[in-house]
This record gives sequence, C-alpha cells and structure tokens, in this order.
Amino acid sequence: MRGLSGALATAALSSRNGVSRSWALPDAWPGRPMQLARTEFDLEVSSIEVNFTGARRTAVAVNGQVPGPLLVWPEGEIITVRVKNRLTVPTSIHWHGVIVPSDMDGVPGVSFAGIPPGESFVYRFRVNQSGTYWYHSHSRFQEQVGLYGPIVIVPRGGQRHAADREHVVLLSDWSDTDPEHIYRTLKLQSGYYNYRQQTVADFLHSVHQQGWKSAVGERRMWGEMRMNRTDLADVSGHTYTYLMNGVPPAGNWTGLFKPGERVRLRLINGSSMSFFDVRIPGLKLSVVAADGPDIEPVSVDELRVAAGEVYDVIVSPQEERAYTIFAQSIDRSGYARGTLSPRPGLESEVPAMDPRPLLTMTDMGMGMGPDTSMGPMVDSVAADPRRDLDDPGVGLRGNGRRVLTYSDLRTLAPPIDTRSPSRDIVLHLTGHMERFVWSFSGRKFSASEPLKFNYGERLRLVLINDSMMNHPIHLHGMWGEIEGPDEKVLVRKHTINVQPAQRVSYFVTADAIGRWAYHCHLLYHMEAGMFREVHVNA
Amino acid sequence: MPSTSLLLLACAVQAQAPAVDTNHVPPDPPRQVMGEMTYQDMVSMMQMDDTHRFGKVMLDQLEWRGAQEGGAGAWDAEGWYGGDYNKLWIKTEGERLAGRTLDASSEFLFDRVIARWWDAQAGIRQDFGKGPARTWLAVGVQGLAPYWLDVEATMYVGNEGRTAARVKADYDLLLTQRLILQPYAEANLYGKADPDRQMGSGLSDIELSLRLRYEVRRELAPYLGLGWFKRFSGTAELARAAGEGSDEVELVAGLHVWF
Repeated sequence: MRGLSGALATAALSSRNGVSRSWALPDAWPGRPMQLARTEFDLEVSSIEVNFTGARRTAVAVNGQVPGPLLVWPEGEIITVRVKNRLTVPTSIHWHGVIVPSDMDGVPGVSFAGIPPGESFVYRFRVNQSGTYWYHSHSRFQEQVGLYGPIVIVPRGGQRHAADREHVVLLSDWSDTDPEHIYRTLKLQSGYYNYRQQTVADFLHSVHQQGWKSAVGERRMWGEMRMNRTDLADVSGHTYTYLMNGVPPAGNWTGLFKPGERVRLRLINGSSMSFFDVRIPGLKLSVVAADGPDIEPVSVDELRVAAGEVYDVIVSPQEERAYTIFAQSIDRSGYARGTLSPRPGLESEVPAMDPRPLLTMTDMGMGMGPDTSMGPMVDSVAADPRRDLDDPGVGLRGNGRRVLTYSDLRTLAPPIDTRSPSRDIVLHLTGHMERFVWSFSGRKFSASEPLKFNYGERLRLVLINDSMMNHPIHLHGMWGEIEGPDEKVLVRKHTINVQPAQRVSYFVTADAIGRWAYHCHLLYHMEAGMFREVHVNA
Repeated sequence: MPSTSLLLLACAVQAQAPAVDTNHVPPDPPRQVMGEMTYQDMVSMMQMDDTHRFGKVMLDQLEWRGAQEGGAGAWDAEGWYGGDYNKLWIKTEGERLAGRTLDASSEFLFDRVIARWWDAQAGIRQDFGKGPARTWLAVGVQGLAPYWLDVEATMYVGNEGRTAARVKADYDLLLTQRLILQPYAEANLYGKADPDRQMGSGLSDIELSLRLRYEVRRELAPYLGLGWFKRFSGTAELARAAGEGSDEVELVAGLHVWF
C-alpha cells in the first residue's frame, strides 16, 4: 500500500470499505457513511437537489452525492457492485477505461439492457489493471447532470511512482439548464453558447496588426469555408460552471500537503463537453500515468485533459504556501479552480485566463478540401491531415510554458501485442457545425453498420479529423496503443483525442469478445451521431 | 476455439518478441449476450437517437414601420419541424396599414438537405391581403453562401400563366457579442402584371434595410433600423395611381424572437 497514503489512505482506512470521499465537500452535501466489504459495493442512483450556482436544481447522484463516491479497488480481485436505480427512468454505469466482460460494461442496448427504474443490476468482474479511472452513466444525459465518480485501482505490487500523499482532482461541467434543452438549442442554433466570436473590433485590430490586405485575406479565407475560428467549445462557460471535485471555483476545493511531500494528483476529466488546460503556477507537474497505466515520468508546466481522459501527476511543493490548481476551459470562457494548501482556508492568486484562442491554419492542415464524397452532413474535409503528435493544440502553442503532448507519452509496460497490424480501419471524424450533426466518415450512428473486428487480430485504427473541433474518441473493452514512428507503440490509452485536421493511428488487439461502444466522448456529439458499435466475434 | 487460438497466438508472439505485456488480461466473453435488435429497439434502450426531430419558430422581423401614410406593422416569420435531412417549413411575411393587411404571403414547404450548405424547398405559396388571393407552386433553395450570407431564392408558378421569384439575403455583422447589425435585402419579381394586386411585371419591389439588434438573450432581441422600400416600373405606376408612394425610407423598430 506504499504510496496510497494521505487523505486517500485515511479515508479508505476509516471507512474500511474502499469507499471514501477524499475531497472536502460542502457541509450541506448529502452523503451517508457506507459499510461495505473492500470488494463489494452497494451503489444507489437517485435524484437529489443541488445548488452549484445559487439556483436549486435536480441532479442525478450516486449514494446521494455529486460526484459519486470514490471507489477504491484492489488489483487482481473480483469486484461486485450492486447498483440500485431509484430514478423514474432507466440508468446505467460504465467503468470508463476498465477492461471488463462486455455484459459488465454498462452500455444500454450494447452490453446490457440497462437498469430499469426501481430495479438493480449486479456488476461482477475481476480487475486486472491498476491506476486512475472513473465511472459514469451511459444513459441519455445523466452524465451531464451528475452521475460520475472516480475509481482508483491499487496496484498489486505497490505504486511504481511513489508519493507521500494523493488527491483525486475530478473536473466536470455543470449547467443549471436541462441538458435536453442544451441539446435542442445546439440543434437550433449551434453557435448559441459562443459569446467569444470575432467582432468588428477584432477585425479592426487585425487590420492594425497585420495590415488591411492580410486581415481581409484572412477573413475571406475563413468566410469562404464558412468556418468560425472561435468555434472551440459547443457548450461554454456561458452556461457551464466548471467544478473541481464537485466544488465551483468560488468554493475553492482544497487539498492538503506538507512542504517537501510528493503529492500525486489524479486528474480526471469527467465533463460532458469540456477540455481543461491544467496548471499549478509555481509547480512543475511530473506526469506519471496516462489513462491509468504508468508512463515514463515527463515534467511539464501544463497539460490539456480531454473529456474522458485521465492523467496522474506528481508535484513537490516545497514552500509553506498555497498553490492554485487552475483548469481553464479550451475556449477560455471559464475555469475550474482549487487549491493545494498546507492548511485549510489558504488561497493563492488565481491567474487570469489566457486570451481567447483562434483556430489557425494548422487546425486546417493544408486547407480544407472540396471533397463532398461523404455527403452533405460533412462541412469540411482535411485535404492533407497532419501527423504532428507533438502539437499541444489550439490555444497552447507557443504560450511560453512546457505543455504536454501525445509524443511525450511512453507507457512503461511493453505493448500488449507486437505483431504488425493485419489490416487498417480508417475512420474520418466528421460533422457539420452549423447543422450540429456529428458522425464517423459521414455516417451517423443511425445510418451505420457495426465495425467488425476479428477475434485475436491486431488492427491499426486510423482516425482522420476532418472537422475543426477536437474529438476525444473512446473505445470500450480494448486498449488503443498510439502509433509513433516506425510502427512503435508510444502509449496505451482508452480515450484518444484527435485535434482538428490531425491524423492519429493506433493499434488495437481485438481480444475482447462481445459488442462494444466506440464514440466521441463529447456527450452531445455522441448523441448527435458520433457513435459506432464494434463487434468482436469469436 | 477462440481462446485456444488466442493462446497460440500469444505464445507465437511471445517466442518472436518477448517484450509483450504479459500482465494484460483480456476480458472473459460475456455470459449474457445481447441478441440482435433493430435500431429502434436499440435506441429506446440506449435513450440515444440521432434521428430525433426538433422544431423552431422564428419571428425574424416583427416591427413597426414609420410609413408616410402613418405607422404600419410588418412581419417576417418562419418555423420548421423535422430531422437533420427532411423538414417542413412555414414562412409568412406581410404588412398591415390602418387595420388592413397589404401584400402578404404564407408558404408551406418541404425541405430537404441537398448539399453541405444548401437545402431544396418545394411547396405552395398563398398570397393574401389587398386584392384577390393568389396561389402558387414554389420551388427554391435556402442556405448559407460563402462569407456567412443567409440566402433564400424561390421561384413560383401560379394560375393563368403567372410566374414570380423572390430572393432574400441577410448577414450578421457583430459589433459586439450582443449588438448585431443586420443588412437585409429582398427582391420580388413577377412574370406578368397583376393589376388587381397592384403588381406590375418584371422587378416589382425591393427592400434594402439595416437593423441593429441587441440580443438580450439569443432568443430575444429588440431592434431599430432603417429601410429603403422601392417599387419599380409597373408596380410603381399602379401604386402612384392608387395615391401611394413608390420610394420610401422608413424607420423600423421591432423584435427578433425565436424559440
């Protein structure tokens, strides 16, 4: 249990059941003590009243809290989770990044029938991996309204990257508006939540900066394509309040440390639609795990965490002072914030958000081609997609800080499989921003056939992002091993973000029999069609 | 024998390259396999359906116009219902002066996506207001032209060999995130004069206007504007004969609302 210490260990020991809340929730937070075995859990999904913004709203909670309780599982054990649905609608829980049999994977209509109101479902599986993961509902918009929580799987052989203390830092996005209404709004006016569009003043500014000809030329180019350079987040801080461990910025979630300690932060992006750029001014972040598995440590100032992604970082605060954990959204319309502090009640300066980024030529590759072969619901096609895994992405380029990129990541364990892939499956990430339609290769889920993987085969999945947005793509049941130069495996991930106009290829060994979900982890993109079913047939 | 073959495979891989993660354990096959099901069964279980239909009502212009003859009311409204590919549209526009409806029309159209930025529309148009009612068959396109120009262009065929065309275009110029200047243009053409409705043949009338709206919310924006309304040739003569102007600059004030 070395390394599992500090708040987490204390909580885990005090409840002696593996269920703990390592974060400080507001006193008014409903929550009840649970006495469960370390491998057996009783979870209850119900509606609760919450107040994140000053307005009372209804959320979907696990055991009466949002986020749900931290589940601590020992690697190698059989875990039993009984989930009782106390909602008036069906529910489900998916164990994001945890490899389980397909009937335990928690996707209604794909892996099981869902959990009807008033009924229970017993999940039972052996965990054969370790690291930080999370769980969330796979039913409608329940993830948006609170059904998510962290999982820590404690490695059998102890932590490879030692820390004296650890905290879960679960980031999410909350809206007081009903997600059904948000989705409808995006369908009716896709730019509704974007209050950072280019104005006349911006144009005059660029005339002043670059001269009339260049400024007009730039506007012309984007205007001809009918592409909006500020379209970074479909749902923004205009409606979202960004939460850290369920606490809004004003609530200042605080994690404690003693100067000189090595503190492990388990960063989870459990949001529905948000990318967070995370940094702690004054501290280097040593990234030691990506999507669960340990990686070769890499020291950075900042990292972007896409929806569904998970990173463990170790920080070593030396001074007896507070440090701000700052997680600004990709469009700089808001941030989640908390504090690492030697004692409760301290605060440090909250940095100003970076300027609103604009999509650039890089995000277009070598330009968006006139190709219309994928149909009218594809508004752009990357003519010559880029393969630059060392690009930190829009808004993070050249910001003076060392920013993590995918090319920095090296899983410590060897690859799952070293065979060369027997075939390639190429999928385009496509969409129409104005019509708010999202798809793989121009086909919405409703118009698609399941992808067929042959059991045992080694595949290369090639994702080409033809759209001007980032898409974090999540494959259930099987790891994706990102391909570097010379067919080398760089890193093992469950959620792979593909930047605009980028081509990312990764290997998958189809060793998981069953039906699986494969989708964009931006919730409203998935609902709008960016979802495929994968069949692995024996 | 899937597990055996995988085992053999794993052994083969092991022999050839030892650097394979032996700690990785694939999941067991499912005990309960979900049977084949239709898309509808699947989406009702998933509660996720990308073919869901939506509807929108837009009162683009609902305004008072300071005409020479006194204050006039005018409207230009649309609504649609449907999925991503096929929709039903209703459009209506017209003007009321001194308690009388002047030139007004409503359209009922079927709308189908035909290209990235364009929809085709077909249906009927009914003219009402002053003079006898007229009914037309309508065929047109609607979409987003380069540089974010909203465009509608529709051709009409009516009784007794009548033909007509209507073109509309507008553009949103963002002065700030909420203060938006909208240039708007509309032109109506008729193939044949219709004196009963005070329409000459050829280019009948145009509107060029500028509306400055403030989006209190996206869905609710009061506006002020200036419109130049001009009637041409035959239509202008018929208007003059009826004692009306053919060329007016009017102040407009109204509400832009959608839901």
